[in-house]
Amino acid sequence: MSTTLTAAPITNSLTAGMLPRRASLWLLLTSFAVTGAFFGVLFAAGITNDFNIVGTVFFGVLLFCLLIWSVSRAVEGSRKAKDRLVTALVALAFTIALLPLISVTFTTIVNGLPRFDMEFFTHSMRNVVGPGGGALHAITGTLLITGAAALISVPIGLLTAIYLVEYGRGSLARGITFFVDVMTGIPSIVAGLFAFALFALITNDPGIRFGIGGAVALSVLMIPVVVRSSEEMLKLVPNELREAAFALGVPKWLTVLKVVLPTSIAGIITGIMLSIARVIGETAPLLIIAGFTSSMNYDLFSERMMTLPVFVYTQYMNQGSDMQAYIDRAWAGALTLILIVALLNIIARLIAKFFTPKIAR
Amino acid sequence: MSKRIEVNDLNVYYSKFLAVEDVTLTIEPRTVTAFIGPSGCGKSTFLRTLNRMHEVIPGARVEGEVLIDGNNLYGPGVDPVLVRRQVGMVFQRPNPFPTMSIGDNVLAGVKLNNTRMSKSDSDDLIERSLRGANLWNEVKDRLNQPGSGLSGGQQQRLCIARAIAVQPDVLLMDEPCSALDPISTLAIEDLIEELKNEYTIVIVTHNMQQASRVSDRTAFFNIAGTGKPGKLIEYNDTTTIFSNPSVQATEDYVSGRFG
Repeated sequence: MSTTLTAAPITNSLTAGMLPRRASLWLLLTSFAVTGAFFGVLFAAGITNDFNIVGTVFFGVLLFCLLIWSVSRAVEGSRKAKDRLVTALVALAFTIALLPLISVTFTTIVNGLPRFDMEFFTHSMRNVVGPGGGALHAITGTLLITGAAALISVPIGLLTAIYLVEYGRGSLARGITFFVDVMTGIPSIVAGLFAFALFALITNDPGIRFGIGGAVALSVLMIPVVVRSSEEMLKLVPNELREAAFALGVPKWLTVLKVVLPTSIAGIITGIMLSIARVIGETAPLLIIAGFTSSMNYDLFSERMMTLPVFVYTQYMNQGSDMQAYIDRAWAGALTLILIVALLNIIARLIAKFFTPKIAR
Repeated sequence: MSKRIEVNDLNVYYSKFLAVEDVTLTIEPRTVTAFIGPSGCGKSTFLRTLNRMHEVIPGARVEGEVLIDGNNLYGPGVDPVLVRRQVGMVFQRPNPFPTMSIGDNVLAGVKLNNTRMSKSDSDDLIERSLRGANLWNEVKDRLNQPGSGLSGGQQQRLCIARAIAVQPDVLLMDEPCSALDPISTLAIEDLIEELKNEYTIVIVTHNMQQASRVSDRTAFFNIAGTGKPGKLIEYNDTTTIFSNPSVQATEDYVSGRFG
């Protein structure tokens, strides 16, 4: 009886082929190099006017998806390859979402900076034809009209949200929710026409143009956003806190005022800021009811009032003999508007950070 | 400061569903009464009817009467807010107000009701209530810090301090120790023993040892099956319930044969 003893091969049944650690990063850089070279050749050959950055990034990531899948399939097997492919697709989706955003911001900054100077913020367009002039009248108009719109919408929207969350039961609450949903979908031009029709009827002046009308039109667009966001925030307040207050013999309205609102105030303010950011860029309703002008106007209740989106629109549409000056002003106005919105978002973040109840858990 | 509670033929409904059927019992002043029974048998529902907290749930309603020193809670014109000022409540999970400091949490009942109070009075009330809840020594140096920074057991005692700061006659506790560790549970049980001298206490618990340790009288609730209403099976001195119950179901439950 003879037994042959063969040394067992030193393999672990759990091992499998594996790409080196930085493989995906190198593959991504390779893809960018390939597509970069391709668009570089197109640029050098004079087929395109600029080096196509967006195309390089987009097709680079697309190429990366194919590369990582085939390489991983060859080395690691089909399961890992699928995992890598899906990860790459997620990155692709992220890139697609981000490219237009970065492209718009970049273009606005590049084109807006030439006229982003002191004169732009200290002068109106009164008696300006050609270069010079500024958007002070539009900036004040935007701030006044949006501020007035917020003054109208925040109380209405917040109180509606409180009613829906704390008191509303049955058909009235369902009806309000339904109409708020419908209002969310109103095209902004309809809001403008509504405000125009309303004030034209009230004042009996078919040519009515003034700032407060713009504020009313904007608040039609803003109220549903405020209601929705505040409603979500109020729903997040745990019922235990309401019950704790009730059990102490606190009436309902005081519970809402002193327990529910302070607990959710950070989220509510963030929602309000975001709704302001949503309406501050509206053009169509303001074009109809606030009109446009080249002079300063601090009075919401009489005369036309300029706003930044309308400023951008008119500068672009009514170019004078010196076209470049008008286009530069339009871009600078757009850049100012983006900066105002960015500033509002930063303020909202800071408020959320400082007001959020500190929960140690 | 403590009052007798009489419950006569109480039925509790959630919309059409009869949750608790035909409860009649009397709770003496300055005693601790424990409600025991399996989950879903209506102990907490019944407890919440004692200060009309069940009304917070849409569709909940009550038939029958609950008398506190002869005043019917469900009589015409009774304001639930006034009821709740006399009958305080401590919940299963500690729920200090996250926007308030420890001191403000104790004063919550006063502050939320817009009552003006001098600084010295409010300091007095904070100290008295926190001492009453055995929490003063642990938090006296950090009254201005948020209550959510305390441990679970401390938070629960803070909630008890908050409940006794409004000087109720009755204190309802809905499984106050179920989220706590044994040490914190012991602290709360000691506290219940002390509070008994001033308040009528009703406690819902799943822990039968706890019921036998802290309570003078025990009520056993049970249901015949899911979808059936909960009923009061037996109500007697705690020692009787745990040593010599008159109903077989009670004996089965307290001896651990089911539930």
